This record gives sequence, structure tokens and C-alpha cells, in this order.
Amino acid sequence: MVNVIVDGIPVDVPAGSSALQACEAAGKEIPRFCFHERLSVAGNCRMCLVQVVRAPKPVASCGFPVAEGMQILTDTEVVRKARRAVMEFLLINHPLDCPICDQGGECDLQDQAYGYGSGISRYHEEKRAVTDKNLGPLVKTVMTRCIQCTRCVRFCTEVAGTPELGAVSRGENMEITTYVEKALTSELSGNLIDICPVGALTSRPGAFQARPWEMKKTDAIDVVDALGTNIQIQARGGEVKRIVPRVNDDINEEWLSDKGRFSVDGLKRRRLDRPWVRVHGKLQPVSWQDAFVAIARRLDGVPGSRIGAIVGDLCEAESIMALRDLMLALGSPNLDCRQDGAQYDMSDRSRYVFASGIAGIDEADALLVIGADPRHDAPVLNARIRKRYLSAGRGGFPIGVIGNVGINPTWAYESLGDGPGALRDLTGGSHAFTEILKTAKKPMIIIGQEALAREDATEVFALCVQLAEAVGAVVEGWNGLNILHTAASRVAGLDLGFVPRPGGRSVRGMLSGGVDIMWLLGADEFPVHAIGPETFVIYQGHHGDAGAARADVILPGAAYTEKPGTWVNTEGRVQQSFQAVFPPGEAREDWRILRAISEVLGHTLPYDTLEDLRGHLRLGRDAVPVRAEGANTRGGLDTRPFVPLTQGYYLTNPISRASPTMIECARVHAPHTAIAAE
Amino acid sequence: MSDVNREQPGHFEFDEISEAEITKILVKYPPERKASGSLPLLYVAQKQMGRQTGSAWVPVVAMDRIAERLEIAPIRVYEVATFYFMFNTKPIGRYHLQACTTTSCWLRGSDDVVAACKKATGVKHFGETSADGLFTLSEVECLGACANAPILQVDDDYYEDLDGPRTEALIEALRRGEKPESGPTIDRLGSAPQGGRKVLLEAAHEDPASAQGERSC
Repeated sequence: MVNVIVDGIPVDVPAGSSALQACEAAGKEIPRFCFHERLSVAGNCRMCLVQVVRAPKPVASCGFPVAEGMQILTDTEVVRKARRAVMEFLLINHPLDCPICDQGGECDLQDQAYGYGSGISRYHEEKRAVTDKNLGPLVKTVMTRCIQCTRCVRFCTEVAGTPELGAVSRGENMEITTYVEKALTSELSGNLIDICPVGALTSRPGAFQARPWEMKKTDAIDVVDALGTNIQIQARGGEVKRIVPRVNDDINEEWLSDKGRFSVDGLKRRRLDRPWVRVHGKLQPVSWQDAFVAIARRLDGVPGSRIGAIVGDLCEAESIMALRDLMLALGSPNLDCRQDGAQYDMSDRSRYVFASGIAGIDEADALLVIGADPRHDAPVLNARIRKRYLSAGRGGFPIGVIGNVGINPTWAYESLGDGPGALRDLTGGSHAFTEILKTAKKPMIIIGQEALAREDATEVFALCVQLAEAVGAVVEGWNGLNILHTAASRVAGLDLGFVPRPGGRSVRGMLSGGVDIMWLLGADEFPVHAIGPETFVIYQGHHGDAGAARADVILPGAAYTEKPGTWVNTEGRVQQSFQAVFPPGEAREDWRILRAISEVLGHTLPYDTLEDLRGHLRLGRDAVPVRAEGANTRGGLDTRPFVPLTQGYYLTNPISRASPTMIECARVHAPHTAIAAE
Repeated sequence: MSDVNREQPGHFEFDEISEAEITKILVKYPPERKASGSLPLLYVAQKQMGRQTGSAWVPVVAMDRIAERLEIAPIRVYEVATFYFMFNTKPIGRYHLQACTTTSCWLRGSDDVVAACKKATGVKHFGETSADGLFTLSEVECLGACANAPILQVDDDYYEDLDGPRTEALIEALRRGEKPESGPTIDRLGSAPQGGRKVLLEAAHEDPASAQGERSC
């Protein structure tokens, strides 16, 4: 620790800290534009000038290392004058268009101009204007507003791992651009909007929609991947306007994936806002009462074994438990929350979660990725892998991959094979990478859904466990055997035992007439077309997607922004989100729907309020998972390669499929256009 | 952005001469730091374009090839190429006339040189290429040869101590396909005094041969 005196306040900061960090430790706020704590230091905006005693001139505190006994002055006339001068230069070419700028109200330049800006301009010469750039469907540019802090360039290069933005030309002519016109390929590009301190990079879909101070802000959890990214839903007038990340160093740091951020316009489209019942092959709008009656009539006399329920990827724990309790009350063993047919080792909870925790990536010193594409499965987690990869230095974080991680996973890796065969070689020790894992102190294995949604998942996972134990990935104090889930509801579903019970059928077993009645809770991503023609389908959910199209009764539910919910992320972390807006029309919170119909069916669920229900929830450490029945035991490792389960990144759930922004992204980033561009 | 995409060739490969140069260049850098080769490789590409098309410039495809060769992101090469004035990111004429107009040259008559360039080539403004595609006129900052001001740099060569008529003559010679000898256009050797040695004349007496040689230049 180094002792530094800031404005007379002595503080201890770690050696190697910057003067800016010392000032913050002393509780002094230092204005800045280019400095961002998660990016490298550039030191080019000069706004963070402070005075250091015995230094000949003000120093940029962001890049100035502390020394023992250093005295820093942050509030002297010299400092104030220097910052005012910097601000005057920054404002020379910055347009006065705050009234029409989307950054207005949350603009660093605007805020700091209150403190350091001059009321008048002494500049009478010509101003510079910069042409706007086309960065794709998500990020809108007004480049004349750019103050060239280069945060976006550093973000793209360092965090996103897609170095596409740069500062070309120099001096007066310097511009931030991709140079050749192209859409940013990163799945994290929305974060550019957040890190831009001015209005140069703003949200294209959200342009001119609302002002930050008009928003009602609600804390919530992102559901488009299984990471459980902490988000803030910002709504105005009952409509979700935008979603921004909250800081949580254990999960998402301060990033959010594009799908989580820009799917919001899908929340308004293709919504199920009233109950429907199929009459003579055609869906008719009906009242809740009639819908319940239709279900009760059809269910009457059907044995529990002929009833099945599937939970989709976006369901919160409350509704999963309510549906589970209803199904068990009806005597049904046919429960499944694994739409993709993945099989998990349910013997121990650590076997189906990201056991080391997401923050564990920062400690790992070797990584093996099996059947996962982290960049698309969980872009924010991938940024963490990249961070680890960069911080470890050249060769410090060896990564091996079995399967397919796409063209650019944003880190260098060694391809070890494309299927279970390579895994067998690795486990057998006949591969050099086994040695790398063995010598690592904290080796990590990430197993994706591609490896588990297979006939031979049990064998594949057994090999993974064998390998993990052989290389010391599962030892006292470190569990590096990690499952990377893609469905936000999956771990909660497993925790709650939403899997086939003794004698029960899995998703596949329920198809083709395996059951007579199917209850789909937001389930759209399994082969809906394979449901038997005679099967009576009840779809409870919020979007008119594949499941609703096949349904005989539609019960309109609430999307994740419209209900309070408990979510369990891929590492098994239990998090709660709050209701931001009301569901549209007659749609209701899902657990309430289930509670209501349970009464009609004569199996009243034992909870009347959300608090009651949450009293019954057994999640996280309290979870008592049940062993899934009907797992494939046909044996034998299938040597066919792992194949991706979804096509592309953008259209993977009912909300994003309804979102024009996501559809546009999928179109822009479709593989064939990429080839044409090259 | 349309500026960038205009007139860009769709294809670029290093030829044999360039490949030989690149091999020589890359051995100077450790393999993991070969990104430092950006500048020399840009020169190689620009020279190759000059050889092949008569217009020494660096198209985007060439920068992409360089990025591939150095295993860096293309934008890093674009940044370097656009930062330095010596790289032409748009096609230029056969001869690149670079007139220095910084203080020393300006005091010594760079205005006449520029006017002569414009008159002889028909170019109206800096940055333009003449109608016959032979000359591109650029205004550059100090070329570091103030003792021989004013200077006109043609491609890689300095023509020094110019005035209007001599500039016109130079351009006419270039137009005829001649390559006048670079250096001072008046009676002096390098930066030595005009008309021969002015000081240390005694030393000149002791060594008449060298003094003679100098005067004859």
C-alpha cells in the first residue's frame, strides 16, 4: 500500500494505482471522459487534471501513478482553470444540439459543462463537422458530437474482441470510424452506447423515443441467456423503452448482450393479450372463464399419465413451481424443462451448474470448452473469458476447444476435435492438452448444451467428469467442471425437479401422441410440429410463436418485464427481479393463472399470494433435485461431431423473434451477407 | 464513407519484388511484434501500386492484405495509413508534387513554386490531379531542407532552390518522361554556398583538386 495525501486527506491505495483512483479513495470526484475503469488508460481527454505538489504543471490523474507521500490537490484555482480550459477546447467543435440529442440528461459532457463550462464561446473560426457512420442496426452515430475519447475503440478492441472501430486520420481530421462501411459484428455492441460519454453513439432503435428522466426504472434480471445479467428496465407510460445493465462484478460486470438490450421492441409485438380457444379448427377469442372451462372439460377423465407439461426457456421459478405442483396434483409424471433434450447429471447440484461461478473464470489458468460457443451462448461470459485471456498474457491462459466456437471466439484457442472422439482421446491422456490441464492450478472445463443435447449425453458427461477428476479440475476448494446453460429458466427448472418423474416421459416421449394433453409454459423451441395431431395443447405464454400457433387453448401470460420473478442463472445464483410494467390486455402473471385453473380443476394449489408461493420455493442451496427418468441408456459413445442447437444468435426466443430490431440484426449478420462482403 | 469505397480495386496481391522486400523487412521484427511492420509494408504496397498502375497509392484491399500478413486487425492498418501523409489512400497522378509552404520555403518564394506547379499542370487546388493524370499537387509541411528552400518533392526526390520558371521547366521535363537530377537547381553543391566555397579559402589553396571539383558542380 502507498500512502497518498489528497486535499489533506491521507489515504492508502495499492501500489500501481493511479492518482485518479487515490482521489476517488479519498472521496473526491474527478471529472473524466476518456478514463473508464474497465478499459485501458488512454489519457487523451485531459479532463481529469489535478495538481501534484512539486510537479511543474497539472497532471492527468488517470494515467499518473501514485508514489509514497505524494500530495494531490484536486480543488485549487490552477486545477479549476486547467479543467475549464480543457472544457473550452472540447466544446469548440461540439454542437449545441442537446435539445435533440438522445444523450441529453445522461451526458457526461453536459453534466461536466455545468461545473467547468463557460457561458460564452471565444471561438469564431470555422467549426468542424464529421459525417455520420453506419455501424449497423443497433448503434446510431452523430459523429460531430464525438470528443474522441476513444472509449469505443478500446471497448471494441479489448472487451468485445472485435477490433473494428478505430481512429483514422489525425489532428483536426481525426474520426472514429470503421473506415470501410460495415455493421459492428459484436454481440456486445450496445455497450458502446453506455460507455460513450457524449451523444456520438446512441441507440438506433431507441432514437428520439424518451428522455432518461421520464423513465420509471425497475431492477430486473435478463432472460435472453442463462447468465442472469443484472438489468434495469426503463419504462414510460406502461411501455418498456429500454434496458440497460446494472453493475454486478460477479456476473456481468457492467455489460449487457445486444439481444438482452435490443429485444425490447419485441415485447410490444405478437403479444397474446386475451385467452383463445380453438373451435372447429379455428382459434376464437374467449373469456378467461370459458378458457378454463374448455380446459377442465378436456381434462376431465384423462389419467395423469396422459398429461404432459413442458417449460420453456424464459420462465421464472414461481410459475415453474406452480405448474409442477399442478401437474403432480393431477398425477402426471410427464414433466420436462429441457426443451432441447439435454440430459444432466442430477445426482449433485454442482453437476448441472457453472460450478466455479462466473467470477471463477478470472482465477482459472487453463480452459477446455466442450460443445459450447460462449460468444453466442453467453456473450457477456465470453467477454470474461477474453478478459482472462488478455490479462494472462501471451500463452498464459491456454484454451482448448472440442466442437465449434465459430469464426472468431475473440480468444486464441487450440482446436482439439469436433466431437466426443476428441474428448475420449483427451480423457485417455493421449493428447498434449491433457498435460496442459494437469499442470494448471485451476483448470476449467466448460460444457455447453451441444454436448448434452445428444443421445449419448450421459456418456459424454461421464467422460467430462472423468477428465475433470484426472486433471484436478474438481478438488477441494475448486470446482472447474462447469455447465454453460443457454436457457434462463433451466437451472430453476432442474432445482425444482421439473423433469420426468418415475414412469414419466421426456419432451421427445411426449411428442407423436405420447400424451393426450400437453401444457406448454412458454415452450416454443422444441419440435412443435411433431406434436401428435390428436394431442390437446394448452399454451400458456406471452408471445404468439410456434407453441401458440399449434395450441387448442391459449392462456395469455406475462413477459419477464411484467412480473416479479425469481431466476436462477447458469452458476445457480438465485436472483429476484421486479415488475416494471403491466401485462397487456387480459394477460396475467403466470403463477396466478396456474393458481386460478388449479381451483377450477379441483386441485387448488396451496398458495394465494406471491409471498406464500415463495415460501414453498426450494432453490439454490435448498434445492432438492430429483433424478430425471427416461434418460437414454442405450449406451455407447456416438462419434458424430457436436452440432450447434440454434441457428445464429439473434432469434433464439419468442421475444427476440418478435423484435424487428433483432430480425434486422439477423438479416444483416446472416452468413451469406458476410461472405458477400468479403 | 463513399470516398473510401470509390475507385477501389477489388483485388491486390504482393508481386515478386514486393515479396522479396517483405521478407527482408519482417526478419527485423520478433514474430510476435511484427505489427511494427505496418509502416514499411504500406510503403511496399504503395510502391507496388506505383509500379503496376502508375499511381502510387494504397487501396483498402492492400491494407487488408497487410493486416493478414501481420496478423492484426485491418482497422489498425487503416489507422496507420490514414495518419501518415506519406501514404495516399486515394489514387494519385504519376508524379506526386509535394510543395513545401512552411515558413522558410514560404519566405524564399514557395508561392511562386506553387503558382508554377498550378500553371504547368493545370491543377487548380491542392490535392487535385491534373487532367492528363500525370501530376497530383499536395501542400506539405516542412520537409526539413530549409537551407535549400523552396523545395518541391517529386515522389521521393527533392528539387531544391526553385523558382517559378525552373519549377515549370522541371514539370515540363517530367511530362516529357525525363527524370531531371534531384538536388539544387542552382549553382551549388548540396547546402554549400552558391557559387562555391566562401570561407576556409586557405584550405582550398592547399587542396586545389577538391576546390576545383566543387566549383565545377
